[in-house]
Amino acid sequence: MAGIPHDHYEPKTKAETWLHKRLPIAGLLYDTLMIPTPKNLNWMWIWGIILTFCLVLQIATGIVLAMHYTPHVDFAFASIEHIMRNVNGGHMIRYVHMNGASLFFVAVYAHIFRGLYYGSYKEPREITWIIGILIFVLMMGTAFMGYVLPWGQMSFWGATVITGLFGAIPFIGEPIQTWLLGGPAVDNATLNRFFSLHYLLPFVIVGLVALHIWAFHTTGNNNPTGVEVRRASKEDAEKDTVPFFPYYVIKDVFALAVILAIFFAVVGFMPNYLGHPDNYIEANPLATPAHIVPEWYFLPFYAILRAFTSEVWVVQIASFVTGGIIDAKFFGVLAMFGAIAVMALAPWVDTSSVRSGKYRPMFKWWFWLLVIDFVILMWLGAQPAEEPYATFSLIASAYWFAYFLVILPMLGVIEKPLPQPETIEEDFDEHYPAGSESASPQASPAE
Amino acid sequence: MIRKITLSAIAALGLAAPAFAAGDTGHIEDHAFSFEGPFGTFDQMQLQRGLKVYTEVCSACHGLRYVPLRTLGDAGGPQLPEDQVRAYAEFYEVFDPELEDFRTAKPTDHFPPSSLAEAPDLSLMAKARAGFHGPYGLGINQFVKGMGGAEYISAILQGYTGEEKEEAGTIFYENTAFPGGWIAMAPPLEDGYVEFDDEHANDLAHLAEDTAAFLMWTAEPKQNARKEAGFVSVLFLIVLSVLLYLTNKRVWAPVKRRDEDQS
Ligand code: HEC
Ligand code: HEM
Repeated sequence: MAGIPHDHYEPKTKAETWLHKRLPIAGLLYDTLMIPTPKNLNWMWIWGIILTFCLVLQIATGIVLAMHYTPHVDFAFASIEHIMRNVNGGHMIRYVHMNGASLFFVAVYAHIFRGLYYGSYKEPREITWIIGILIFVLMMGTAFMGYVLPWGQMSFWGATVITGLFGAIPFIGEPIQTWLLGGPAVDNATLNRFFSLHYLLPFVIVGLVALHIWAFHTTGNNNPTGVEVRRASKEDAEKDTVPFFPYYVIKDVFALAVILAIFFAVVGFMPNYLGHPDNYIEANPLATPAHIVPEWYFLPFYAILRAFTSEVWVVQIASFVTGGIIDAKFFGVLAMFGAIAVMALAPWVDTSSVRSGKYRPMFKWWFWLLVIDFVILMWLGAQPAEEPYATFSLIASAYWFAYFLVILPMLGVIEKPLPQPETIEEDFDEHYPAGSESASPQASPAE
Repeated sequence: MIRKITLSAIAALGLAAPAFAAGDTGHIEDHAFSFEGPFGTFDQMQLQRGLKVYTEVCSACHGLRYVPLRTLGDAGGPQLPEDQVRAYAEFYEVFDPELEDFRTAKPTDHFPPSSLAEAPDLSLMAKARAGFHGPYGLGINQFVKGMGGAEYISAILQGYTGEEKEEAGTIFYENTAFPGGWIAMAPPLEDGYVEFDDEHANDLAHLAEDTAAFLMWTAEPKQNARKEAGFVSVLFLIVLSVLLYLTNKRVWAPVKRRDEDQS
């Protein structure tokens, strides 16, 4: 593997040599675990491990749930209650899986915003970034289909609304919708295929995560300074890095334990807090709930979807120019998918030569505004589609697009960056000056 | 456009928000149930009283189709002795698809479903009606005060004003807790309607709370076990975190302390 120079695996015993000649798997594991990692990573670099853990957790709990679940419209809801009441530990397994999805999205949003702040998406990590976005999209698909499985009111009506979006595509929309649903409306065929896909997609994600890790192990990790590890020689590289094991393994496992303590407090004491109460009512195609609200992690994008009504002038122009092919509904769908697509474009729309936001005085402000914008969109997504929320959603959505399409390209031109450290070692030593006790209080504040 | 924005901003700050908060749901009072908070557990005696109210009153119309009768004997619930569970089951008739006929219920059967089509099943009602996430949809009442479906059910049972109206052949009763204000369920309880062997207080408020607590149990029968598991996990993880914190510090110490002799 290309990358930072470091010691490679050498088989020591005869047996190891025998295996190594035939299948160098021990070498692969060794090189992966001992990968040189910048020694100045801060606490925002823990989320990758949290995400990996979530994926394993969801697969493990999901497989047990699938043993007791019945994917049929007449039995699905009752089979969930069977799991909650009769299966040994079933109620805990279900609550862990339910809230595990939320933890997964907390982690992925922290991970993505980490990448946006420290410029981890920039050259040469574009592929890592694109694979990450793909993982994110698949996660959303998986979570959406999983939410349909308990066959409660929100399952049914959420599925109806979201699959209805595909019906908004001009000309081919309705056939696509029918094909997705397996019929004219959300019904048993839909439930069956969603179950099948909900089981499949996490394993596709596993494959993508392997590629994701392979990609950033090839380029090396980014770090809070955005300055690259020196690679001229192994000695240089060793001044900037530490091996992943044991240094980051222990740090990440510590972070995981703290996060899991919070997670199990939620699971144990308020497992339904993040869910919608209507999903404890069995699906009823004849009774539409007063408000159809998606899960919290979809809300920002749901708000963007609903922001573009036929009263908005961009929508009117688009509709006029395309002769009505792009109507408000389709525009909303385009906006929602566009909101994710612009994130994928980040490596190419960001014109700044400086990687880390730490050294970009103007960028910082716009970045934090984006974080606030995201939180506001999340809140707006749960509000009814009426004024003043509609106008707010429009402004907040506009900022989301403006950040990627206007602000990032412009900042690189007008911004005067601050001086960056020469090396990672220099940055690290500034935090932990020579002769000082480790983690002394007068060390400069962590970022 | 600008004018629209300013107007909306003003509306959001002052006028619109309370209108939204008040429009959706009825009025629900907070009540400190024994099972609230991380350490709250069900009160076995209260669940038994609630079971009695349910059996004598609510079961005439409502069902509990997801609740197996045998769970009445489970720890953390009403915990009736085995013989009482069996005797209680015999109180019901259930439809047996193999016999294609009704027969006396056994503990392994579930409670019967609603006998009145318009009356919803109550098994999960306490979890299905926890949706008044105020204020401003932030869920703070639920988080801080522990308000939930039990409060809602208790409020419904106590919320009747005495007003009635007839619409399309159905009588509606004014109820301050019910969204929309008019419910099709006649007031099921009143002071002293059910009597307890131990002469426990049976005014309307007590009966309503006991029933609500029982229905919280039918919705979440494993609540006590869940909180225990949560408590043990959190405690374990806190201890583990401390140990890992110390290990982490130790492992990193040589990297962070650059002595002269270190390269
Ligand atoms: C005479 C029949 C009858 C009896 C007895 C009865 N109910 Fe009801 N109940 C109804 C009907 C009918 C509805 C549906 C009302 C509606 O939707 O307007 C209902 C609805 C409800 C609801 C749901 C309200 C909502 O938010 O949709 C609850 C909770 C409830 N009943 C609890 C009880 C409890 C607890 C008892 C026993 C103390 C009880 N009921 C006794 C007929 C009855
Ligand atoms: C299942 C989901 C995911 C898993 C399991 C995962 C896993 C990881 C891991 C273990 C790392 C190592 C660095 C770290 O710990 O932070 C990493 C880095 C990275 N991830 Fe992800 N990731 C996931 C999703 C995403 C998504 C959705 C994005 C962005 C759209 C993303 C973008 C990145 C980038 C840019 C890096 C490189 C940063 C660096 O080099 O430190 N990842 N990922």
